[in-house]
This record gives sequence, C-alpha cells and structure tokens, in this order.
Amino acid sequence: MNKAVKHLTVTINQQAQRLQVAPGEKLIDTLRRHGYKSVKFGCGEGTCGSCTVLVDGRPHLACLTFTRQMEGRQITTLEGLGRFGELHPLQQAFLQEGAVQCGYCTPGMILSSHALLARDPDPSEEAIRRALDGNKCRCTGYAAIIRAVRRAARIQADATPSPRARRAKR
Amino acid sequence: MNTRIVGTSEVKVDGAGLVLGVKKFVDDYDIPGTLVGKILFSPHAHARITRIDASKARALPGVHAVLTHHDVPRIAHTTAGQGYPEPSPYDTFVLDNKVRYVGDRVAAVAAETEETAMQALSLIEVEYEELPAVVDAKQARVAGAPIIHDEPEAHVLIPVEYDPKTNLAAHTVVEVGDVARGLGEADVTVKREYTAHYAQHCPMEPHITLAYTDEDGRLTLITSTQVPFHARRIVAQALGLPLKRIRVIKPRIGGGFGSKQEVFLEQICAALCLAARRPVKLRYTREEDIVCGRTRHEIHITMTIGAKRDGTLTALRMDVLSNTGAYGAHGLTVASNCGSKVLPLYPCENVYFEASVVYTNLPVGGAYRGYGATQAAFAMESALDELADKLGMDPLALRQQLHIRSGQSSPIFAKLGEGKAGVAQSIGSCKLAECIEQGAAAIEWGKKWAAYKAARTAPGRVKRGVGMAALMQGSSIPHIDMGAATIKMNEDGSFNVLMGATDLGTGSDTILAQIAAEVLGVETADILVYSSDTDMTPFDTGAYASSTTYLSGNAVLRTAEKVRDQIINVAAKISGADPAGAVLVDKHVLFVDGTRVPFERIGNYAMYQRDQFQIAATESYISHKSPPPFAAHFAEVEVDTETGAVRLLKYVAAVDCGVEINPQLARGQTEGAVVNGIGYALSEEFIFNGRGRMITDSLMSYRIPSTRDVPELVVIHVPSYEESGPFGAKSVSELSINGALPAISNAIFNATGARLTRGPFTPERVFAALRNV
Repeated sequence: MNKAVKHLTVTINQQAQRLQVAPGEKLIDTLRRHGYKSVKFGCGEGTCGSCTVLVDGRPHLACLTFTRQMEGRQITTLEGLGRFGELHPLQQAFLQEGAVQCGYCTPGMILSSHALLARDPDPSEEAIRRALDGNKCRCTGYAAIIRAVRRAARIQADATPSPRARRAKR
Repeated sequence: MNTRIVGTSEVKVDGAGLVLGVKKFVDDYDIPGTLVGKILFSPHAHARITRIDASKARALPGVHAVLTHHDVPRIAHTTAGQGYPEPSPYDTFVLDNKVRYVGDRVAAVAAETEETAMQALSLIEVEYEELPAVVDAKQARVAGAPIIHDEPEAHVLIPVEYDPKTNLAAHTVVEVGDVARGLGEADVTVKREYTAHYAQHCPMEPHITLAYTDEDGRLTLITSTQVPFHARRIVAQALGLPLKRIRVIKPRIGGGFGSKQEVFLEQICAALCLAARRPVKLRYTREEDIVCGRTRHEIHITMTIGAKRDGTLTALRMDVLSNTGAYGAHGLTVASNCGSKVLPLYPCENVYFEASVVYTNLPVGGAYRGYGATQAAFAMESALDELADKLGMDPLALRQQLHIRSGQSSPIFAKLGEGKAGVAQSIGSCKLAECIEQGAAAIEWGKKWAAYKAARTAPGRVKRGVGMAALMQGSSIPHIDMGAATIKMNEDGSFNVLMGATDLGTGSDTILAQIAAEVLGVETADILVYSSDTDMTPFDTGAYASSTTYLSGNAVLRTAEKVRDQIINVAAKISGADPAGAVLVDKHVLFVDGTRVPFERIGNYAMYQRDQFQIAATESYISHKSPPPFAAHFAEVEVDTETGAVRLLKYVAAVDCGVEINPQLARGQTEGAVVNGIGYALSEEFIFNGRGRMITDSLMSYRIPSTRDVPELVVIHVPSYEESGPFGAKSVSELSINGALPAISNAIFNATGARLTRGPFTPERVFAALRNV
C-alpha cells in the first residue's frame, strides 16, 4: 500500500471509525469502499447531488470532498437514518408520497431534506425548493419530493418528543 | 369494475429498500478482483485510424487488457435494443478502424485502478487521417458530401430504403388521399419548418455494466439496461458468442428514459472481461454519458396544413428530416413515430408523410421518452396554433373541432408501422375532449387567452400568455412486442412472480404485482417480484414503447388467471365443492356453496400431500393494437420583452391513460415527464463547436431542471376504460413529455405574437424572435 496512506478517525452514522485513506481520495470512494453504498455516483463534479452526505449535520458533496478533510468530523449517510420496520419520518414520507421512482437521487435528497428540517422544522415550499436545489432528480419532476418533505415535517411535528413513544405510535 | 388492489396507491414493492438506500444498483455489486474499464474516445468528428499501437499501454503494470479494432471481432450490428430483426441498420462494430463523431470509440482498457486505466489510455498511440465531416443534417446529402458509412458491411435486415453511400439511414413515404388536391381545396394554408433539438436523457445513474464469468465459465452481465433480453442477444451477436453462454441481470436501475434501450456498454465490457479473465466494471462519466451515450434525434419538420375557413382540414403534410448522428440506431422508427403518433390525432382525408433519416458526424440518436412524438408534436401543435390564428379562431376551439374520438380510426395506423406496415386499429377509449375541457378550466383559458392576446400591444414590458397542446402516444408495438410472466405458489399462500418486464424506476414491479394480487385474492405484499434476469425469468421485449403496463400487465393478468384456475381445482379436490363460480378472496377459495378453503391448505396439499405438483403457470402476451393515451397540456408564461426571458408560471396536464393501476405512480410518471419536457423546452441544449464537438457536456452547461425550475404543476387524471388493457389500463409514461415544447411555444405566441420554431426557448432565441414580430 502507498506509503502516504494515513489513518483517519471519523464518526460515520454515530460509530467511531479508523479508516485508511490515500491522499487525494474522495469521500464518495472511501464511503462506498467501506460499504456505505447509499452514497451514489452521478457526476463526480458536484452538479447532481446524488452523493450528498451530512458532515456535522450539513449537506456535503462527497464527490468533491477529500476524505482527509474529514478528520474528527461526524458523517451521516442514508444508512444511518432508519432500518426496515423503523423508517425515519423522511423515509416514510418519501415512500408514502411516491417521491421515489428510480431511487438513485433518493439518498442525497433525503439527507438534504434532513438538514433542512433540522434547522427549519416547518419549511415553506420555497425553502424546500431552495434547500433541494442542488439535488437533481430526473424521474419525479420534484413535485412528489416537495410534498414528501412537507409530509415529513408534519410527521415530525406530530411526534411526541420521546423517541420511544414515537416508535410505539408507528 | 370493482377492484381491491388495482386502482390503489400501494407503496412501491422496492420502496422501503430504496428509501433506506440498501437496494442494489450495478455499482453496488462488489466482486473481488474487479478491474476498472475505460474507453478512449475520438477527438475527431470523422477520421480513419491509420495506425494504432497499444504496446506501451499493455506494458503498463496493472493493465490487464487493451482492446483496439485489431482485437475484437468485426461484426456489424446495431446497438438499438429492439425486437429481432431490428429495423435499425447494422452499421456498428464493437471497435472500428474509423471514427464517426467526437466521442466515438477508439480503444478500451481494463486495469487495477482508474488511475492506471486512464494512464493506459494516454499511452495508446493513435494516428488519424482526418476526413471532412458532416456537422449539419441539411448538408448530409448534398453532392460530394463525405460518406460516413463507406464500410461494405453496413446493411439492413428488413426491406426498407437504406443508402449509406448517400448518408441515407432510412427513408419512408406514406400518402393517404391526395394532399395536392387537399391543399388546392384549402381556403387557408400554413407551412413552416420546426426544429426539435438534440437532447440527452440524463438519468441520474450513468450507463454502467459489470461483467464477470461465473463458476461455470459463463459470462454474466449485471447491467443498467431497459432491455435485458435484447442485451443478451446483441452481446452474443457482436462478440460472436453462443447466446447460452451469456446471462444478463438487471438490478435496480437509476433511470433510463430510453437511453438504456441501447446496448453499447455491455459488449465492450464483456470483451474486456473475457480478454482480462477478470471481472470488469465499466461506468460512463457524466460527460461520457451525455456525449457518447444516446440522444433525442434532432429533427427538422416542415408542417403543411390546409383548411377550410370553418377549420375543416383538407390536407396534412409532414416532411421529416431526422439527424441520426453517426449511427442509425432507432433512426427509422423514431422518424416513423413522428407520423404514426401525431398525425392520427386530427383525422383528415388527405395526409402525406415523408421521412428521411440521415447520417452526420454528430452524437448518435436513440430512443428517448416520446420517441419522435415529442419532436412531431412540436411541429403539429405549433402549426395548428398558427392555423387557428390565421382563421381567427381560438386554438382550443379548433382542436376541439378536429381531434379524433372514440370509435374513429386513422389510415395512418395501418400504413405506418415500425419498419413495416402498421396495424389497423380504431380508437377504443378516448377522453381527450374531457382532458381539453378540464385542463382549460384549470388554466382559466376562457378568461385568459383572449385577454392576453389583446394585451400584446398594450404598453408594458412583461407580457403573459397561455398556450396548449393536445397529445397522444401508444401502448406497445402491436404484433411485435411480447411480454411473459411465470407465477408460482408457495405453501403459505404467497406467490413468486418472475417476469421479463424491466422496472427502471417506473414502478412496473409494483403495478404488475398489484395486477397479480388482484387476480389471486392476496395483498400486494404477498407477491414476491423477481424481474429481468435472462436465466431466471421468461422473456420480455423490455421497457420501451410505453408497453409495460399494457403488454406485460396483460401477460401477468393471463398468468395469474391460469394460476387462479389451478388453485380453484385443488381446492375443489380437497373440499369436494363444485368449482363453478368459485372466487379467490382474502387468501381463500370461496365456493358458491359457501365452502372456504385457505391458501395454506391448498399450497400444502399440492406440494406435500396428494397428486403433488407445483401450482404455477407461464403465459405470454402479444398486443394486437396500441391504444393511445391522450392528454391536453396547458402552459402559462410571462415573457420579458426586453430580455427575452420566459418564466413558466403554471402548467396543467390533463391525462387520459385509462384506469390507473396505481394512481400515485401514474401521477409521478406524468409529473416527471412534464418537468423533463419543460427542461427540454426552456434550458436543455446541445451546443457544438464548429468541428462537431458537443460542448455542453456537463450538468452545469446542459441544464436539466432543478427544484427551482418547476412551476405550479397541476395534473388531472381523466378516467377512461380501455377494453383491451389489463383492468382498463393504457400507457402513461411517455405521453406527457411531448407537451411542454409546443404548449410553451404557443403561450409565448399568445403573449407576444412571436413564433418560436426551435428550442430551447432561451432569452437569446426569444429575443431574436421578438424582433421579427
């Protein structure tokens, strides 16, 4: 292995990880190599948003991010959001609103929406459009996606503060 | 008809896995030892390769295969994923000694890493003899034009006009009645040329193939395709391999829109895999996907219409010049569809259609949602708008007067098919009148159209306008497409549905499961879908020609009915009840006498107890007609007359697609198609430099819509019942991409009096048109 390979400590989906990273390696490649396959390649040049992940809660394009910049950061991929039988409100809403067609943009779309709802729990349609402007979708025409984010906001607003109670309600 | 499951918005059967990000796309398959494939593309629009030396690339450590035209079989084929014999010419080789556009293939490598592969490409020494190039379709057939396909192998399989020596990739003529006479009888004629521009599908997942040999030495391709069975056939053909040696698997697909009805990555990835004796993954970059993938054919259409003063049509004439680029994929059929999916909309005694498809040294045309209807609807609907203006009529009223209705037919259906005569049909379900009426109400046509027209000359920089278009498409290619399904019952009363039908994100796995669940008296969740694997599922032509709901849906319906009958017979044997009139309800067989036999008992009996057999059936379906879905689209725009900037305020799509098997998924098809059409109309553009190089080769410069480009969007479903469709369904997927270009163009005309004849309607183009008013 390349001598320049270094170890890097990051938190991925709330688990501390020590990764071997070559210089110049992009975050999309590191994450996919470690099994986080929800991070999708769509352009490799920051124009489509398919590789969006959250870094310390904010959307980042993994195809433009050098992994070595990630030392000590908290990374969230879609794998960190829910599981079968226990979908995150955004995942429920995307499913119920038909906001998923091919599903290739969905991981980035949901993560950008997640960051939006974290800072604005009741976003206007305009705010949703602005927040998702960098996430391209060629299947849905965005209409269902915008509906889904609004629905997720409602689900979250209706939920009681306790996560346990929220799960029971579902 | 009362249905339980059909007509409900079930969530997608693959939806949970998709929202969790765990469903696998091609790139998500990891096989140890997989190499990275890369292709060397031509920098020249037209050149002969006089020398190619890959020895330095081969010597580079980490390189496992380098292929040039010396290393692959020279077998002419077409990359168009169509039924066999294909109506597209055999004019393509895996690699050739000639390049025919900037982006054509020169060589391919497989290496340990992407960096090594890129380095290997740079070490391939190529000497080109540059040739004069054709970079304008109108220059393709002038005397002395360079011949793009001068190779002796180029040929067609079916009896169609094909003359590569004059760059003619296809030609077809159809005449009904006497158009010259019809034009002579006309009080008013309009004639104008419209150009429907190049476009690219831009699925979020670029083309990708993973090739490996399995433990029996068979070649397996996990590939992003709409046509797995055609892919298997074409790879076998192009590489001279026995078909049985190849297995094609389609996992989740990140969108296709027609681009993946084309088989061009699979054969070269397979050749690399066989040469390297290692698995190879070959993925296009976004730039490669845009430039070296396939495109919407650029088509020039001269539309001539003759009419009486009351609006009665006396003649319709459509002259098509289609630019198929460097290869003839889908050339004839896209051009034919210009006529067959548009001309029947307005019945007329005298109709003339002529299409010439020409080779150029430009990117290659292919299948793209709408498939010719998009291009021709622009010409037809703009010309009708112009005719209405000349007649002093409301364009909406003119369409109401002229459009086809249920029970009517068009001789075009019989005369113009896909590379041969078509199939006669009369229109079954048609609610276009209601689509126009309801769409007009939603856009407030009655209030706005005349007022906006009157306000054209009023002072003020910003003008508003409304425009409309009426549309039709088809549902499958009659007597050509075939779909098949196998359904087998498990002992718990669940069912496996194995089908060739190809879900590329459209939701076909879901709606086909709903059809099976409806017939079999179970929930959609009891249907386990496995689709598109050439080893495991029956044949299906694939996801194109708006066929899946209608054609594969009918195949699943028939199969499920056979399985239902088997289940009833076993239940009758168990219970002694009379099978006549028995129905399947809630995982039970319910006999007329009230006897109920649960599926679990039936499944266990058939598998383990007496006269054991697998409750299962396989059925096929071929279509005998192609029932058109109909739509009326409306756009409202604001035009800044000082800058030419067009703002789309509102868009209404009123759609008759028969019964919606899944209303939410059907609506999603319409919304997605409309927005794709809006991008085509307003921002998506291929710009070339003078040497034929496409320069808008990223999503920065080739501008597909984002969330901020979507106007207020109203989708209206106008229900109808198509007798020949499964549970009354017709197609929905392609139709609604066709409306935006003409509807927005007509809205700009309503606002300003400027007639746009080519898209996209960028500020520059609109500003220029405004100066001609």
